[in-house]
Amino acid sequence: MSEEQIKNLEKQFEERIARDEKIEPKDWMPEKYRQTHIRQMSQHAHSEIIGMLPEGNWITRAPSLRRKVALLAKVQDEAGHGLYLYSATETLGISREELYEQLHTGKAKYSSIFNYPTLTWADMGAIGWLVDGAAIINQVPLCNTSYGPYSRAMIRVCKEESFHQRQGYEIMMKLANGTPEQKEMAQDALNRWWWPSLMMLGPTDDKSVHTAQSMKWKLKRKTNDELRQQFIDQTVPQADLIGLTIPDPDLKWNEERQSYDFGEINWDEFWQVVKGHGPMNKERMRARINAWECGEWVRDAAMAHAEKKQQRKQKQAV
Amino acid sequence: MSTKNWPLWEIFVRSKNGLEHRHFGSLHAADAEMALENARDVYTRRNEGVSIWVVESKHITASNPENNGELFEPAQDKVYRHPTFYDLPDEVKHM
Repeated sequence: MSEEQIKNLEKQFEERIARDEKIEPKDWMPEKYRQTHIRQMSQHAHSEIIGMLPEGNWITRAPSLRRKVALLAKVQDEAGHGLYLYSATETLGISREELYEQLHTGKAKYSSIFNYPTLTWADMGAIGWLVDGAAIINQVPLCNTSYGPYSRAMIRVCKEESFHQRQGYEIMMKLANGTPEQKEMAQDALNRWWWPSLMMLGPTDDKSVHTAQSMKWKLKRKTNDELRQQFIDQTVPQADLIGLTIPDPDLKWNEERQSYDFGEINWDEFWQVVKGHGPMNKERMRARINAWECGEWVRDAAMAHAEKKQQRKQKQAV
Repeated sequence: MSTKNWPLWEIFVRSKNGLEHRHFGSLHAADAEMALENARDVYTRRNEGVSIWVVESKHITASNPENNGELFEPAQDKVYRHPTFYDLPDEVKHM
């Protein structure tokens, strides 16, 4: 294809997106669109898969059967969401094995929030309330994104995720209304998860390298700073309601903006964790790679069994 | 590294009797039975279905969007295939 032909196709492509048309797997797309989507969608899928680890840590120690079935269902959903997203990513022409390879070698990233440890039961509450809360804010606009398979996967994910946040908030509410020790545990979890949750919404707009292009492709509909403000404005009253304190001395209602002003985020910490120096980066990767490698014989055995059955069937047919 | 990877399957789910099976997504499985079992866990955790079809992805033949013109455009100018093309007297209320 000549350069001019490509230019022409690119123009038509941008126009289709501007008209809110969806792009489907076999449609022509610019190479950069394909690569950007592979990067973002796989990062999203990896986050769902790694995201099971911090919560999986507490399934066997859930304080009641009610809490246990809910947490188990939530972690199962995360596995499901990872699978929806992996198969949507595969429609862009990358194999599942390549995607795993990128995760396991550190070439692909996952959400940094999962590199923090889950120290107490209250962390299950804080994760559901704050981490899933921030994730929902990030994800809802993606239901309308331009790439069809991603948009369809996200519609399913968003539908399932609202119970995640509610179960987390319920845990926090119960603890906050419990004994002084329980309330302290809830406050401690909020203290530890608040700032990393704000970081989850991404670097500030002036530092975000992908924003402009992603807005054009509808991979993003609001900037990181807008999403973060939305998250803060909706979460602060929820904390007030259950008598917990947001760990930010600079947090203040701004009458003029009709929004909360908030303190400085420690971006050094964010970049340290992104670069692999968070408290749990090594442990998360170790657990993930271990699960993949120790499962290899099971995958091979299943394949061998399937082939054997197939051969038996063919023999009988003769 | 495994020598053979699980193939990809396309999953179709009927959400209730009376409706058609609809494409829900895809997944990897060693064979059709496992694809059915995995589809149940991945796509019907909340009563989304009463019946599942699985088809190995390689068996699906898809039309190419590059041929959309010759495939679909001929239908665009055949307005006489639609009821509104025909003139009726106003007295005929329903037809």
